[in-house]
Amino acid sequence: MSNAPIASDASREIVSPTATPPARSDFADRLRANSEYAVIPLFALLIAAVLFALFLLAIGKSPVDFVAYVWRGGFGTAFSLQNTLQRSAPLILTALAVAVPARIGLIMIGGEGALVLGGFAAAALAIPLINGHAPVTLTLILMAVFGMLVGGFWVGLSGFLRYARGVNETISSLLLTYIGIAIMNFFVEGALRDLSNPNKPSTMPIGDAYMVGKIPGTQVHWGFAFGLILCAALYVLMTRTTFGFAARVTGGNLRAALAQGLPVGRLIVACSAIAGACAGLAGFFEVTAIQGRANASLAAGYGFTGILVSFLARHNPLAIPPVAILLGGLVASGGLIQRRMDLPDATVLVLQGLIFVVLLTSETLYGRFAIFRPAGGRDRT
Amino acid sequence: MSEIGFSRRALLKSAAIGAAGMTLNLGGIRGALGAADLTVGVVYVGARDDFGWNQAHAVAIKSLKDVPGVKVVEEENVPETDAVSKSMESMINLDGAGLILATSFGYYLPFVVDLAKKYPDAQFRHAAPLWNKDKDPKNAGSYFGYLNQAHYVNGVAAGLSTKTNKIGFVAAKPIASVLSNINSVLLGARSVNPNATVQVIFTGDWSLPVREAEAANALVDAGCDVITCHVDGPKVVIETAEKRGAKTCGHNASQAPLAPKGFVTGAEYKWITIYKGYASDLAEGKTLSNFTAGGYEVDFVQNTPFGAGASEEGKKAALAAIDGLKAKKPIYVGPLKDNKGKVVIDKTYDNLDPFLDKMDYLLEGVGGSTT
Repeated sequence: MSNAPIASDASREIVSPTATPPARSDFADRLRANSEYAVIPLFALLIAAVLFALFLLAIGKSPVDFVAYVWRGGFGTAFSLQNTLQRSAPLILTALAVAVPARIGLIMIGGEGALVLGGFAAAALAIPLINGHAPVTLTLILMAVFGMLVGGFWVGLSGFLRYARGVNETISSLLLTYIGIAIMNFFVEGALRDLSNPNKPSTMPIGDAYMVGKIPGTQVHWGFAFGLILCAALYVLMTRTTFGFAARVTGGNLRAALAQGLPVGRLIVACSAIAGACAGLAGFFEVTAIQGRANASLAAGYGFTGILVSFLARHNPLAIPPVAILLGGLVASGGLIQRRMDLPDATVLVLQGLIFVVLLTSETLYGRFAIFRPAGGRDRT
Repeated sequence: MSEIGFSRRALLKSAAIGAAGMTLNLGGIRGALGAADLTVGVVYVGARDDFGWNQAHAVAIKSLKDVPGVKVVEEENVPETDAVSKSMESMINLDGAGLILATSFGYYLPFVVDLAKKYPDAQFRHAAPLWNKDKDPKNAGSYFGYLNQAHYVNGVAAGLSTKTNKIGFVAAKPIASVLSNINSVLLGARSVNPNATVQVIFTGDWSLPVREAEAANALVDAGCDVITCHVDGPKVVIETAEKRGAKTCGHNASQAPLAPKGFVTGAEYKWITIYKGYASDLAEGKTLSNFTAGGYEVDFVQNTPFGAGASEEGKKAALAAIDGLKAKKPIYVGPLKDNKGKVVIDKTYDNLDPFLDKMDYLLEGVGGSTT
């Protein structure tokens, strides 16, 4: 993937840490270069929309109706917009679980497992705390931290295997996801099962008093706000700190990083653990803001949709929220489309698939248009 | 079944006087809703044509659509996360739904309960016996069919259609409702064939097609010549058994088309009885019942018409068993031992007795283990 402008920013800082603020013409250059990253995806979205409109016409449905329902079901009313934001909340966190390792050159797709185990760990820790009548805030903080630790450990394991044993992290993180879900099922159907709930194996409910509420004045839970904060924080970490720079150097050229004496192993494990912690936090919010208990419903596929979000956002933490909201809106309006247009549930998946394929194809367009090139012939690559 | 009187006039009248608990159509965009008086929103956890649980509901919903004055909006493949909460809320807010039918087990807690508190003017009914009269809102409720009665009839027909006296059962998880179905198959078979046994294999989850096929094959290999199941979508089990030349009994919806040679009969829900009851109660301005449950005695379950695999005496005995169940003849005639020799059912229990809802054992005559 191409992170060229960010990399060049950072390298400039490293070369001259005391650099004076960039000159105005430099700013114009950067604007010109960066606008490429907005124009090409928007163009790709447009192409995907046209292809999807043709698909709808082919099956005898009106694309105009479709757009109207997406707007109404996903964004057009206060209810719809909050529906969209709430659905995007877990996607923002699970997308971060892909974006951070991507910066160090890893394709880590184990967010689902970390989400499930993080949520389960939080719910399991809650049982003794709640039985001991621990204060609500303290309990929630401990649950969140424990969920993030367990999630971080789970994806960190894939990172460690990559570094220490050369195991392909994509495969190992995917397989660990299934192991993680099985571990949760093992406990939820066994030692930690709430016996008063005979037909859906779950842990003990944490109870209304210990639930994380909504953001005041909205119907959106706090996971959305924490997702935004983490996106900003991880953007700063990955682009404005020596840790982030070292990670990106490692991702760009492993041998060069080793030759420079960078602690490659620690960087890989740290990035993986941060990723797992993000997914674990998503699991914590699924338990404390939605389900109220851990059970098989935690494995709802958020971790996998997060992969899509991260790729569409080009693994840029700042681009993740808008992409997650776009996808959240499509999913939120999917129900209305099913109900009103008599289309199957898979219709929205067709649109998502088209967007994904066209956006990935559009990657080949970067650097091909002179208009985005900075004046003065400075080559971006 | 007793036909429920249903007139457009009654619906209009009740709308005019503003029936309690009924939210009128608040209008949708582009007049998509037409002139319906009651909008029913239905959410399914899977596809409507899954040959199983969801199809059983969808078939009933299809005939609910024919009731004048009722408009139905449906959504399939809705997971048991806040997605279902939002789907139901969207049906209320954007479609003006006055009655929500939540058809999957995991929809109830916390989603249906929370939403019922938030929307006191809408009615919510959930397809599992979970409503708690002390804790849960009055505009929520449960409906459920005692499918084990239809499985008992499966057992009767299978007990007289088997040659090896071995019936195979592919089950998802060892939870109460599944165990009750397995035990009912055994008791049905034993009622007509004292030598009959049931062999059960648990797959561990509701939808594991590969493991379900393996289990069906293993049961046929072990000498079972009638195969039945309790999994979300029985399609794989029925087709696998048919291919192996075994007879089959269905579950949830009609699988007769999948097994033209070996199909005996199947245990089916008859949700339409309940759905039509709700619609007519709302139309007449009556308060909906919060807890609606039953089996053959109230026409909430049925058996699939006999297939080519059913023997003549099996058919006759099964029809007699259905008459018995309609007259509330008990299935669990105690004392009964579990398959480890312990007396688990001390006396004869009524078919709807809550004692039986807590079942966590397999009866003597069933091969297999709950752990």
